[in-house]
Amino acid sequence: MPYSELLVRPMREELTTLGFEDLRSSADVDGFFGQTSGTALLVVNSVCGCAAGMARPGVREALEAGEPRPDRLGTVFAGQDLDATAEARGHFADIPPSSPSVALFKDGELVFFLPRHRIEGRTAEQVAHDLRAAFAEHCAVAAGH
Amino acid sequence: MGTFHQNKGELHGITVVVDTTGAEIFVGRCDTVTEQGVILLDGDVHRDGDGGRSKEEWVNRASQFGVWKKFDRLVVPTDKVASIRRLGEVAG
Repeated sequence: MPYSELLVRPMREELTTLGFEDLRSSADVDGFFGQTSGTALLVVNSVCGCAAGMARPGVREALEAGEPRPDRLGTVFAGQDLDATAEARGHFADIPPSSPSVALFKDGELVFFLPRHRIEGRTAEQVAHDLRAAFAEHCAVAAGH
Repeated sequence: MGTFHQNKGELHGITVVVDTTGAEIFVGRCDTVTEQGVILLDGDVHRDGDGGRSKEEWVNRASQFGVWKKFDRLVVPTDKVASIRRLGEVAG
């Protein structure tokens, strides 16, 4: 059963203020994945503070470190936007569902996945470190940088 | 910011591996550790040798991406528990 939107909104905003597209419907997810060129980061957001409490700050720290970084950013909210989350998980259907989690795609292919159990109990810095390593391996530095 | 649950123990909400003194090994999200046992949510259990996989092989695979939820709730009796560790600390 979804939580109150009043509770969830600040957790959404932790990501949308970083430039994440808030994918609330299947159509939103289709649109996000419709563009397959370049790199795209998808965060499966969650209310659970045990893990998500470090996931979102970790994502922020990784992105605020600058280039290289993914070309596009999107997020679905597990337990809240059910259709959108199911649609998004269809793009990595071989991986057991977990939230929070972070998926990086390159040219439409999944190239990196950070499941919940690799976030739990770790610091934002440690999560950011893993993400930065994935960005360095898979994301190009934007022209002019 | 997030939803935190107090007084449930330091492993509450953490995905753990519970090895037993017998053939079974469990992975799930730890709810509570009580005198009676370890309560896991959204987990799975493996018996040594099933599918041609040892406990270690099964856990190593689980450590990469997690496990598919087969059970909503699992209870591992205290007298069967050999060890509890975080799945995230298992090298895949």
